Amino acid sequence: MRSRLNTLFDALLPVFATLAALGVGMIMLLILRVSPLEAYGALWEGAFGSTNAVAETLVKATPLLLVGLGICIAFRANVINIGGEGQMIVGGILATQIGLTFTEAPGWLIIILAMIAGFIGGAIWGGIPGILKAYFRVNEILSTVMMNAIAVQLMNYLLRGPMIDPTQLEKASKIPQTARLVESFRLLRWAPTRLHIGFVIALVLAILVYILLWRTTLGYRIRAVGQNPHASRYGGIRVRRRMVTALLLSGAFAGLAGAIQVYGVNYRMITDGSASGFTGAAGFNGIVAALFGQLHPIGTIPASIFFGALLVGANKMQRVVQIPSALITALNGLVVVFVVSSEIWRRRRQRQRLAFARAAEKDDAPPPSEINPSAEEASTS
Amino acid sequence: MKKNLLIMFVLVFALMLSACGGDAAPVEEPVAEEPAAEEAVVEEPAAEEEAMEGPFRVAIIMPSSITDLAFSQSMFDALLAVQEEMGGEEAMEIVYSEGMFVVDDAAAAIRDYASEGYNLVIAHGSQYGSSLQEIAPDFPTTAFAWGTTLNTFKEEGIENVFAYEADSHEGGYVNGVIAASLTESGVIGVVGPIEAGDAALYVKGFVAGAASVNPDVEVNVNWIGSFSDVALAAEAANTHISAGADVLTGTAQMVVGAIGVAEESGVLWFGTQSSQTSLAENIVVANQVYDWTVVLDEILANIENGVYGGEAYTITLANGGLVMDYNGAFELSDDVKAAADAAAQGIIDGSIEIPTE
Amino acid sequence: MSEIFSATVIIGILTSGIRLATPYLYAAIGETFSQRSGVLNLGVEGQMLLGAFVSFYVAFTTGNLWLGLLGAMIAGALMGLAMAYVTVNLQAVQGISGIGFYLFGLGMSDLLFKMLLGTVETVKGFSVAPIPVLSKIPVIGEIFFQQNIMVYIAFLLVPTAWFILNKTTLGLKIRSVGENPDAADSLGVSVAKIRYFTIILGGTLSGVAGASMSIALLNVFQQNMTSGLGFIAVALVYFGAWRAWGVLAGALLFSMVQAIQLRMQIIESISLSPDLAVMMPYILTIIVLVASVSRVRAPAALTKPFDRGD
Repeated sequence: MRSRLNTLFDALLPVFATLAALGVGMIMLLILRVSPLEAYGALWEGAFGSTNAVAETLVKATPLLLVGLGICIAFRANVINIGGEGQMIVGGILATQIGLTFTEAPGWLIIILAMIAGFIGGAIWGGIPGILKAYFRVNEILSTVMMNAIAVQLMNYLLRGPMIDPTQLEKASKIPQTARLVESFRLLRWAPTRLHIGFVIALVLAILVYILLWRTTLGYRIRAVGQNPHASRYGGIRVRRRMVTALLLSGAFAGLAGAIQVYGVNYRMITDGSASGFTGAAGFNGIVAALFGQLHPIGTIPASIFFGALLVGANKMQRVVQIPSALITALNGLVVVFVVSSEIWRRRRQRQRLAFARAAEKDDAPPPSEINPSAEEASTS
Repeated sequence: MKKNLLIMFVLVFALMLSACGGDAAPVEEPVAEEPAAEEAVVEEPAAEEEAMEGPFRVAIIMPSSITDLAFSQSMFDALLAVQEEMGGEEAMEIVYSEGMFVVDDAAAAIRDYASEGYNLVIAHGSQYGSSLQEIAPDFPTTAFAWGTTLNTFKEEGIENVFAYEADSHEGGYVNGVIAASLTESGVIGVVGPIEAGDAALYVKGFVAGAASVNPDVEVNVNWIGSFSDVALAAEAANTHISAGADVLTGTAQMVVGAIGVAEESGVLWFGTQSSQTSLAENIVVANQVYDWTVVLDEILANIENGVYGGEAYTITLANGGLVMDYNGAFELSDDVKAAADAAAQGIIDGSIEIPTE
Repeated sequence: MSEIFSATVIIGILTSGIRLATPYLYAAIGETFSQRSGVLNLGVEGQMLLGAFVSFYVAFTTGNLWLGLLGAMIAGALMGLAMAYVTVNLQAVQGISGIGFYLFGLGMSDLLFKMLLGTVETVKGFSVAPIPVLSKIPVIGEIFFQQNIMVYIAFLLVPTAWFILNKTTLGLKIRSVGENPDAADSLGVSVAKIRYFTIILGGTLSGVAGASMSIALLNVFQQNMTSGLGFIAVALVYFGAWRAWGVLAGALLFSMVQAIQLRMQIIESISLSPDLAVMMPYILTIIVLVASVSRVRAPAALTKPFDRGD
């Protein structure tokens, strides 16, 4: 009974932490002479207040979940992938090119091909840092940061030149965007909302990633490399190769997120010259979502929805009470800081519980990481 | 332990407060939202009557900030001017979403404003067009507007979208004429974001204007690949100066960095989109200012007559939408000013044609 | 093509590269300290932005640049203090709390800007201060000794950091805390104190990095004016393999290529798409690192929170 309460408290911990952050936000709102009640009411309304609000939340959560799944894989192998932004862009570009090249083909075929193309695009952009890390000792934080910048310029180049919407070519304005995708190529949508089948795809993939990580040899090896590369090497695991695999897969999921953004939401690629104009910073926020979800694919699902809700709700709040968007950004930052900080309580109690469990049944207690991906592990990655 | 208790207390307190917030919202919301939703369903006359009663309600979505001294500010300032003209907040209500550079966030904002019954929703960025194309058909009695483009989606059967564009090459040309007349080194530097859209158009005009005065003047153009990298814009300005430029211009919000450098080095600056004189009164010679009130007036008149879209507007020197704003503190010699006025007049009467290809 | 090899062009590029390297140096040296003690701080960008705003605002209202610089240091140090509490006491995941602090700094600097200034303004920042005698040396004088004071300090910071890290007891403690906190702890070094020190120092220097932009190099403040620069600075720490001189090499390489790229765009005989030109610094940084095959290992305890187990 007590342990169940504890579990509940653990699960709700991020929510409490968020509320604490919003409590601090209240002070800022009061300084701006805005009623916190009205502001946070709008936040809730925007995230969950209506069918459409819930749909918007899930639309926002989709790329976060996909990127987050990739992050689960990478961080489990102890490689830090902060190249999600670039990987999404390259995935989006390749997927868009499929839809622009074969305009006559049946929709289902193009959608499948485009998703594969997105997956491959992201895999390439994630695989390069993987190879650089495994074989050339180039730190992945450095290479992924650089690869993000390169991807943005690649996108700008392609959308201004080779891939530009032909109708824009004749116009003086020359908006840097591709042509729109044919209607039959669009992902199934739950009209009138913007919720598309991509969310379901992401849910299915979350289960698949769970199976991959905990039910297959490859998954075991990836995790082993992450926990102890030296022991893994002696155990006959090709550590370098698994590092590449992890970054490659991680990038692939981000690439898929990019493809789904194009086929499910925007129906074309447009650049405003920055990465987040296209990705909505999902490449970064997905990392946060994955860590909120304890680097567990299934845990990442509610974490992504939670973070998606926060982003969508915050935009609504800005609209309703007319505060500068900067406050929203600062508030998001506070939420992230408070949530990661709150982890300490869960960890502490988990340790107590483990000590208790060990004392009770000394013999066949499975290794801690197998029961539950512990935060210990999360924090080392 | 004490610390933990304190934190728990804060948690609970915050929880209670937001629970109250959660309760309060549903009570409030229906009042605000229901009539709006109905309004969208009921046929047009009713909606018009509604519009007559309360203030005219305008929502605007902008990629940058209302204080960017560039594209976003130019439209927001125009809205404020129109509001004042109409009689203040009682006559016209303005709400805005700034910093909406994420395209799908902007789409959510556009739909949200439309469903709340705003009479006019302005999507102030060419990256928002796709979103409007999706959303506008669902709200036939809401007028939408976007720019910079001339595409109202009329061909696609959409009747309630206005479009607007700036012929920014016109003021660019005039700026170029003055710049080429003032340069002593014969080198002029341009700092731009990415070579597309409004920015590319302005630069084309500027280059043509400079060449019209003196084909030997060298106009160097730097595209820094970003709308936000103020540091790189500044260094691009430095690069131009070290390459001999004594006159600079640039477009988009990150050029404030370049203006800082220009002032420090004492080279001249030409602005566009909004007036940048306030930033550096010693070196700004002239600005091409976008005055969107021309467009807004037309759109408002149309809406009053029950026309919710289908028209495209261009601000030009001729219709007063593009204004050459000279810095009074900068002494421009009479013949240069005359040359500038002649160029502007030539563009207005059509005797000067600026190649934009 | 020959144009790029002329003396004035090369001097121009080098001068420009030195200037561009300045904010990277402050931020990356600060980050080197915190990483050496085992803390990854991804919040550099946020600290820079807050530092940039505070220094600008103080300088703008008081007219005193040094006061502005002090303001930036305090702002950065406070951000560092918060970061230290979160990562040391609460043992939060470092990378993520860093992203949180980044977002906070990004939002807060913009919010303060909107509330206190409302519009873009300029200040009269630190101007070029040629160093007597040295600045008269042909070529070299022009490149190195005709810069503003913030540039000089940035470059003096490199040997200072090297000296502190390698030649002082403090440096030894910092390194041991980053390599083996348990051993350091058992030798009586307070892991928490050392990490507090390095994170706050890192924050302070990031604040100064911001100030070097807003009141020395650009003389303006605008929202998100660092535009990813802080993340590049973190990457440069990896490039420099946690060594001050390595960080200097990385910052100079990146900035020089950036300067070359800008210059190449305006040389008529070279026609390269601007987007591709802008990519160059990022690509070359990776390539150089691949070619140099550094064998240096990261501090062993990097990103690992320390828990005395009580």
